[in-house]
Amino acid sequence: MTETRSGAAEVKAGGVHARGTYIRETWRFLRANPVILGGLGVILFFTLVALVAPHVLADPARLNPIQRLRPPSLDHLFGTDQVGRSTFSRTLNGTAISLTVGALVTFVTVVFGLLIGLSAGFVRKLDGVVMRIMDGIMAIPGILLAIALMSLFGSSVKNVVIAISIAEIPRMARIVRSSVLVIREQTYVEAAVTNGTRLPRMLLLHVLPNAAAPVIVQATYVFASAMIVESILSFLGAGTPPTIPSWGNMLAEARPFLQRAPWMVAFPGVSLALLVLTVNVLGDALRDAIDPRLARKLRS
Amino acid sequence: MIPYILRRLASTVPVLGFVALFVFFLLRLTPGDPAILIAGDQATNAQIETIRETLGLNKPLVEQLVGWAGQIARGDLGRSVFSDMEVTRLIGLRIEPTAMLALVAIVMALVIALPLGTLAAIKAGSLVDRAVMAFAMLGFSSPVFIVAFFLVYVFALGLGWFPTQGYVPLSQGLWPCLNSLVLPGLALAMLYAALLARITRTALLEVLAEDYVRTAHAKGVQPGKVVIGHALKNAAIPIVTVVGVGIAALLGGVVVTETVFNIPGLGRLTTDAILRRDYPVVQGLILVFSVVYVLVNLLVDLSYALFDPRIRY
Repeated sequence: MTETRSGAAEVKAGGVHARGTYIRETWRFLRANPVILGGLGVILFFTLVALVAPHVLADPARLNPIQRLRPPSLDHLFGTDQVGRSTFSRTLNGTAISLTVGALVTFVTVVFGLLIGLSAGFVRKLDGVVMRIMDGIMAIPGILLAIALMSLFGSSVKNVVIAISIAEIPRMARIVRSSVLVIREQTYVEAAVTNGTRLPRMLLLHVLPNAAAPVIVQATYVFASAMIVESILSFLGAGTPPTIPSWGNMLAEARPFLQRAPWMVAFPGVSLALLVLTVNVLGDALRDAIDPRLARKLRS
Repeated sequence: MIPYILRRLASTVPVLGFVALFVFFLLRLTPGDPAILIAGDQATNAQIETIRETLGLNKPLVEQLVGWAGQIARGDLGRSVFSDMEVTRLIGLRIEPTAMLALVAIVMALVIALPLGTLAAIKAGSLVDRAVMAFAMLGFSSPVFIVAFFLVYVFALGLGWFPTQGYVPLSQGLWPCLNSLVLPGLALAMLYAALLARITRTALLEVLAEDYVRTAHAKGVQPGKVVIGHALKNAAIPIVTVVGVGIAALLGGVVVTETVFNIPGLGRLTTDAILRRDYPVVQGLILVFSVVYVLVNLLVDLSYALFDPRIRY
C-alpha cells in the first residue's frame, strides 16, 4: 500500500511534499515561464477590478438624462451612454459577469468532464453509450446549443452557466477519456490493481494526477470560450438579464450608436477581447510548458 | 469508394437521430410546463392552450415521440408558433444569404490563412512568424461582433467603402451581392482564418522536416515548388480537418454576424425565433445546422483520399 502511494507522489512531482516546497516549486515554475506569470497577473488585475468596482464607483444603473452620449472626458472617463449612465462604471462592473461565468463554467465542465471521462474510460460497459451521447451533443455547434437552451431556460446568469457548460462538457469528457485509456494500460495501474486498490482510490490517486495536464490546458480554453459565448448570448438578448451590466449587454445597447458614440462599443469590446486574449495566451503557454506534444491533440 | 461513402452516410444517421431526440426531449424535460415556456409569462390561458394543442403537448409522451419521428422522416419540421408558416418553408426562404455569407467567409479565411500560415512555417522563429501567430491569437480571441463593429466603424462609417448593413440578393447581380458581404464575410472569417493559419503552420512545419522535402531541395527543385508541390500537399489533411471542425464556429458566428449586419438569413431567423420563443423554428434550425455540420465533416473525411492517394476506402 505504502509503495503505491509513494509511486503516485513521484508522478505528481512534489504534490504530496511539505507545503513550503510546493509553494517554492510553483514559484520557480512561474519564474521560468514569464508569460504564465504575466497572464496570471492580468487575470488577477481584472479580478481585483471586479471585486472593487461595485464598492467604489458610481451606481452603473444611475441615469443622468442631461449627460447623454458624452464622449470620454475627465468627468466621464469612458464617456456616457444613451441614457447618461457612466460607461466607465458599467464596463468595470461588467468584469464580474464575464469572470464569474468563465470560472463557473470551467468548474462545472471540469467536474462533469472528469466524472464522465473517468467512468467512460474505466467502466467498459458505460463507454459505448456515454461516448455516443457525447458525440451527439458535439454534433450540435456549441453556440447554437447554448442559444437553444437559453431560449427555453430564460435569461439568468445561472442558466447561462448551465447552457454553456452543457455545450463544453462533451469535449472535456473526450479528452479525459482518451488520457484514461492510455493510463489504464500503465504498469503502475496494473500494480495497484494487483495490490487490491479499490476503484475510487485508484481513480483519485493514480489516474487523476496523471490525467491532469491536458485537463488544465483545456480548462483555460473553456474559460476563454465561456466568456465569449456569454457575451454573444447577452448580445443576442438571450443571456445575462439586461438589468445586470455585462459586456455583451452593453455592446447590444451600443449597436445603434456606433457612429455617434463609438466609445460605448470600444471600452467593453476591448476589455472583453483583452481578457479573452490573456486567458488564451495563458492556455498556450501552459500547454507548451506542460507538454509540447499536447498542442496537436487539443487543437485538432 | 462508393460502398465506403454509403457506409459513412449510414453512420451519420444515429448521430442525427440523437440530435433529433435531443431537441425533442429538451423542450419536454426542461423544468416547467413546455406550453408556458413557449407562450411566455404574460400569455393568457387560451394562448397557452392553443400552443399545447398545436404542438400536441397534451398527448402522451410516447405518442408525441412517434409523431415527431414520423414528421422528421417525412421532412416535415412543423409550423412556426409565431407566423404559422411551415418551418421548412421559412428555412428555404432564408437559406440563400446564409449560404452566400458562409461561402464568402470560407473563401476569405482560406485566402488569408493559407499564405500567412505557410509564410510563418517557412520563416519559423522569425519576426514574420511571430507577427502572424500574434495576429492569429488576436483573431482567435476576438468575439465576432467586436470584429464586426470595428470593420463597420472603419470601412463603412469612416471610409464609406462598403454598406454598413443589409444584404443584396444574388438575383440583383453577383457583384452587388458580394459587395454587401465583404464586411460580414471578413468579420466571420477572422476566427476561422486564425484557426486555419495556426494549423497550416503546425502541419507544414512537421512536413518540412521530412526526408523527401530535403531530397527535393537537394535535387534542385525550386524552393517555391517544394513548399507548394511537396509540403503543402502533404500537410493538407490536418488543414482540411480543421476546415471541417471550424464549421461549428462558423455556423455559430453566422447567427451573430447576420444579427449585427441585418442580413435576412438563417442566423437572423434563429435570433428572432429565440426572442419570440418560437421553439419549433429553433428546433428546426438546430437540426438543419447539425445536418450541415455532420455532412461537411463527412465530405472532409472523403476528401482525404484526394490529398493522399495512399488512403483508400
